[in-house]
Amino acid sequence: MNDSSKLFSEDFRDPALARSLLRGIARRADRPMRLMEVCGTHTMAIFRHGIRTLLPPTITLLSGPGCPVCVTDAQEIDAFIALSQHDEVIVATFGDLIRVPGSYTSLQKESAEGADVRVVYSAMDAVQLAQAQPDKTVVFLGVGFETTAPTIAAAILSAQALGLANFCVYAAHKTVPPALSALMGHPAVAIDGFLLPGHVSVIIGLAAYRDFFQAHPTPCVVAGFEPLDLLQAIDALVTQVADGIPALENCYPRAVTDSGNPKARAVMDQVFMPCDARWRGLGPIAGSGLAIRPELARFDAARRFKIAVVEMPPPKGCACGEILIGLKTPPQCPLFRKRCTPMDPVGPCMVSSEGTCAAYYRYHGGTD
Amino acid sequence: MQSDKILLDHGSGGKLAHQLMIDLLLPLFDNPLLAPLHDGAVFDVAAGRLAFSTDSFVVDPIFFPGGDIGDLAVNGTVNDLAMCGAVPRYLSLGLILEEGLPLADLKRILVSIRAALDKAGVQLITGDTKVVPRGAADKIFINTAGIGVVPAGVVIGGDGARPGDCILLSGTMADHGIAVLTQREGLRFESDVVSDTAPLGAMVQAILAAAPGVRVLRDPTRGGVGTVLNEIALQSKVGMVIDEELLPVQPAVAGICDLLGFDPLYLANEGKLLCCAPPDQADAALAAMRRDPHGRDAVRIGQVTAEHPGRAVMRTRIGGQRIVDMLSGEQLPRIC
Repeated sequence: MNDSSKLFSEDFRDPALARSLLRGIARRADRPMRLMEVCGTHTMAIFRHGIRTLLPPTITLLSGPGCPVCVTDAQEIDAFIALSQHDEVIVATFGDLIRVPGSYTSLQKESAEGADVRVVYSAMDAVQLAQAQPDKTVVFLGVGFETTAPTIAAAILSAQALGLANFCVYAAHKTVPPALSALMGHPAVAIDGFLLPGHVSVIIGLAAYRDFFQAHPTPCVVAGFEPLDLLQAIDALVTQVADGIPALENCYPRAVTDSGNPKARAVMDQVFMPCDARWRGLGPIAGSGLAIRPELARFDAARRFKIAVVEMPPPKGCACGEILIGLKTPPQCPLFRKRCTPMDPVGPCMVSSEGTCAAYYRYHGGTD
Repeated sequence: MQSDKILLDHGSGGKLAHQLMIDLLLPLFDNPLLAPLHDGAVFDVAAGRLAFSTDSFVVDPIFFPGGDIGDLAVNGTVNDLAMCGAVPRYLSLGLILEEGLPLADLKRILVSIRAALDKAGVQLITGDTKVVPRGAADKIFINTAGIGVVPAGVVIGGDGARPGDCILLSGTMADHGIAVLTQREGLRFESDVVSDTAPLGAMVQAILAAAPGVRVLRDPTRGGVGTVLNEIALQSKVGMVIDEELLPVQPAVAGICDLLGFDPLYLANEGKLLCCAPPDQADAALAAMRRDPHGRDAVRIGQVTAEHPGRAVMRTRIGGQRIVDMLSGEQLPRIC
């Protein structure tokens, strides 16, 4: 960081350019349009910059299943908690996850009861923790999309190179393109266009969406995270919807290429292979998870520890599942702001910093 | 043989404890009120009102760019008194030391406490030292309590904001939070951001002299400016509207926040104050802030409104609106 008087990102926050983009959007959005931002960071950015308050009433922005903590199935959370009950285990995790309630308890509560749960900033920190604690087994909770999966794959490879026997990963990763197909196939979901995630697309590239786009020709635009990035992408999406000509478009070319990041994808492929996965809200989706390859089985916590979890019904009244696929907005959930708050969350969408309910709670005072 | 580390006996009340007092503490802090080394300090007070406040400090790491746990402990309590409109006068110092703390570290912290006392114009008049076994505390925890004198006619409280008041902030946001964050294990950043820890007593008296209509003063420490705005809105039953464009943030701080997803509105400051000034006195208050060495970057960031009582709202740079909610959960643990 230097002492330059202006940040690079300032260029993407210019009020005059924003006004001109907004005029174009208002002109073109001449009928109701339902657009879904798939990525939780987009949801947050849209609220932080007050973009919803600037869009014409014809545009409805739906928040999709793009917060990794939120789409993690309750059973997986229960499995994480079950892991923390093993005396020899140190659970290492990103911070968001520790407050997510499972069926009975949360990692945070178990930590207060004596379970060894450590918040780390990266999977490599967990590898270092394993080196420093040879008598314990460090289990890293691998939650996230294609954005975090390569770093966790790299951590597994360095644990292998170090010959570490006491490090493993509980792989609960999810991939974005299969979820888009599931959303389009869902009978109740009506979406006119997708704002595709920026960070995920940096890794997987525009090409990774082609199969989905061919099967479901829907307006699709990759967006960045600054106000002008978002407005430009919304403008492109609105234009496609208005013209009735769907396309797979990249409005974040300074970061996203057609082929993505080949190095990151190679590391991911070396460690993981596609598997079926359960999503909160969407249920099981074929090929939407990432399992650790058999040749790296000793780094696979699911294989090393026998974890039995019982399927439990979701908390009564919690609408996280419907919110994650755009069928409901948080204020339509009976628990929102009442029984469910960031201080005492019932569902994951209220816990995560990228959760839709947390975004509404923090930034949105209204009632839509 | 003398140890260069804190031993359990340093807190025993016996010989080593006495030696710590005679060798280290008294030479630094000696003054007529402390000198008798009695169980407490006895002093005269003028007729009028006193302000009394206490705060405990557990910052990790204990040394950070721009300060350490010592000057933070002094400024923290001094500023709490100042935000009551008081002139800070006396401080107590409670030290909880972990067995094994290097004496050199303790000395460095005590020297920094002495310097901070002088800058703030307050006297240390009573204290206590305890030592706990290794692992029972983390290096050093400090508690300070302070007494200040509130000048006649000064009434400051969170409920004093009125619609139309200007919201003034004495300088850039989030410097302390980011300075501490850059030193954390696993998150080390090369940056020139330093903590803003500083005493604000003099600035407060200057503001009150220039703008006697100021009724709300707050130092946005933990929870940051965003949380303080909400507290004032709730206590005064008014709305707060701030302009994103006007919020002062150093570029390096903004860059690190962007990178890590932190909002500078919720990060800690240790040498900043926020006040609500009646519109006809806002310029005078702002000028008084800017004359103070710790308030050179003071700016108006928004206005108090009658609309949406109990809520803080931000006009974003691109012209949108959003709620500024109170911080829930901790963005960064142990920042002070």
